[in-house]
Amino acid sequence: MAKIAALVLSLLSAPMLLVAAEPAASDAEASAPVPWATWRAGNEVADTASLQRGARNFLNYCIGCHSLKYMRYQRMADDLDIPGSVLNANLLAPGSTNLDYILTSMPAADAANWFGKTPPDLSLIARSRSPDYLYRFLKTFYSDPSRSTRSDNLAYPTTAMPAVLSELEGVKAAVYRDVNSTAGGAPEKVFDHFESIAPGALTPEQFDGFVRDTVNFLDYVGDPAQVERRSIGLWVVLFLLLLSAFALALKKEYWKDVH
Amino acid sequence: MAYDTASRTGQRRAVRSGLWGWINERLPVDVFWRSQLSEYYAPKNFNFWYFFGSLALVALVLQLITGIFLTMFYKAGAATAFDSVEFIMREVQYGWLIRYLHSTGASAFFLVVYLHMYRALLYGSYKAPRELLWLFGMIIYLALMAEAFLGYVLPWGNMSFWAATVIVNLFGTIPGIGPGLVEWIRGDYGIADATLNRFFSLHVAAVPLVLLLLVALHLVALHEVGSNNPDGIEIKEKKDLRGRPLDGIPFHPYYTVKDIVGVCVFLTLLAIVVFFVPTFGDLFLEKANFEPANPLSTPDPISPSWYFTPYYAILRAVPDQRIGALLMLIAVMSFFFLPWLDRSPVKSMRYRGWISRTFLGLFTISFVALMWLGMQPAQEPYVSMARIFAIPYFAFFWLMPFYSRIDSVKPVPERVTFHG
Repeated sequence: MAKIAALVLSLLSAPMLLVAAEPAASDAEASAPVPWATWRAGNEVADTASLQRGARNFLNYCIGCHSLKYMRYQRMADDLDIPGSVLNANLLAPGSTNLDYILTSMPAADAANWFGKTPPDLSLIARSRSPDYLYRFLKTFYSDPSRSTRSDNLAYPTTAMPAVLSELEGVKAAVYRDVNSTAGGAPEKVFDHFESIAPGALTPEQFDGFVRDTVNFLDYVGDPAQVERRSIGLWVVLFLLLLSAFALALKKEYWKDVH
Repeated sequence: MAYDTASRTGQRRAVRSGLWGWINERLPVDVFWRSQLSEYYAPKNFNFWYFFGSLALVALVLQLITGIFLTMFYKAGAATAFDSVEFIMREVQYGWLIRYLHSTGASAFFLVVYLHMYRALLYGSYKAPRELLWLFGMIIYLALMAEAFLGYVLPWGNMSFWAATVIVNLFGTIPGIGPGLVEWIRGDYGIADATLNRFFSLHVAAVPLVLLLLVALHLVALHEVGSNNPDGIEIKEKKDLRGRPLDGIPFHPYYTVKDIVGVCVFLTLLAIVVFFVPTFGDLFLEKANFEPANPLSTPDPISPSWYFTPYYAILRAVPDQRIGALLMLIAVMSFFFLPWLDRSPVKSMRYRGWISRTFLGLFTISFVALMWLGMQPAQEPYVSMARIFAIPYFAFFWLMPFYSRIDSVKPVPERVTFHG
């Protein structure tokens, strides 16, 4: 893994992205001034309202196929300040109780038959991939009538997952441009931008928010203690700094007669 | 003689009263305390580099304690290990804290040990009379590498599985017994449930016991010969009338209070990583290890933890796997021979000439460069770069008998000096 290089690159490119993000946010699909491969999720796990919307999105759209097998409904409700009444009335899957793990009702064997592979559990998907990857994945589905799912994806080509959010996003086509190959052969087709074929129920801005909230929720699910961790960490570090100062003063007191 | 018998008998008389006296007549607590701490004389000119010995001990204790708690909830076994780690992360009270302390602690342990070893290179701490001390330290380093590797397999993530596959297969390059040995280590025809269970046993019982024994021997040997110092001179050669080294101060309280400062700073840095960046940009916990072990899907590239990558870069720099494995082994084992490779009349780099300093400098650069190269994909230009950087790495050790002898030296002072 080019870990350090990736870290340095992302640090270097962060300011550039901030500059470019403003026009990109409104019509990333239409003109794609920022290449899709550098889109950032920009999610904030401390934003509880966003997590609540993300939980709603997951439990309305994703749970049909995907589980969060390490996550209990009640833990989610506690962490995200979701009242018990809302949980019971709107979020619990039929037949589930609040202490159950968040599991899809789709049988794994059937799913493997239908899609070619069982849809993965998403408990750790934000950790094994990254929130940025999930954001790019959910935003780069495009129509491809040649495939059995009638769609394909730029972030994960030949994915078995259909474009299930096209009802919200609309349907878009990928427009390619020719680039002369360096080897001197036939020109290569390179993705240029998306073109809307049919509008969805949401505007592009609304859909972008929908994806960000969902990705944010998956980031939270990947490491549900992370908000608590950071808030405790602040006090731990402050305490240890104070302790270090006292320890240093004690050392100086003892050492003043050593020459 | 680590301490003189006259004061030792004096102490025995002094404590012979009350419960403390009763205990001391039956167990030499007080004698031990005095000989090892309050009347163990350490050079008074220790600098920054001398924090890392006590910090390594702190790291060891941290790993033992967090490891004990993790073992309460971890379930070894190919079907249970991954789930039990997530159970610890999510449902055990502060399980995430214990696990992140353990995973970060492993990297912190290696960082501290590398700095501790580098101190020895700087000040010639491996030279006579500290050869055995150095050898115990090196065996600790080997045991630590084994411990870290075994522990890395336990979460049974995909990188765990493939790292185990690659490392265990290295034993297959041994002529003759290789293939049978690999099977014997794995307990199966591939890395499997049997492998995981025996690695768990070795990780939580066998290797920690060996580590603790070696650390005890390392400390006994240290206190027998006494600590080296940045000037590389023996403080025992200049004593006062009562037989105390003129340049020595009692380890307790002087170095206990000083080391507490080091421990506090160390814990602060550790806490910053544990609470704010526990994966440390994919270096301490890797993305691929958040997917369960999957024999059908190889992570690309397979790379070991950062503390193994210098050797991994050397392994991959050679097209022939057997020679690569041999070179990797030599790269690790070269450290063992330092006491006999070094022919310089002085210990400390402070009083050595430009040749020794240049070789150490090049070694430092090449070690860090190889560490970075070991994290890159096995392709050009990285493989060629690893070959280039491997040269100063080996030259530092194996040309040392020549350059350390011909290098100029500066006069060594009679008494220790302070450099800020």
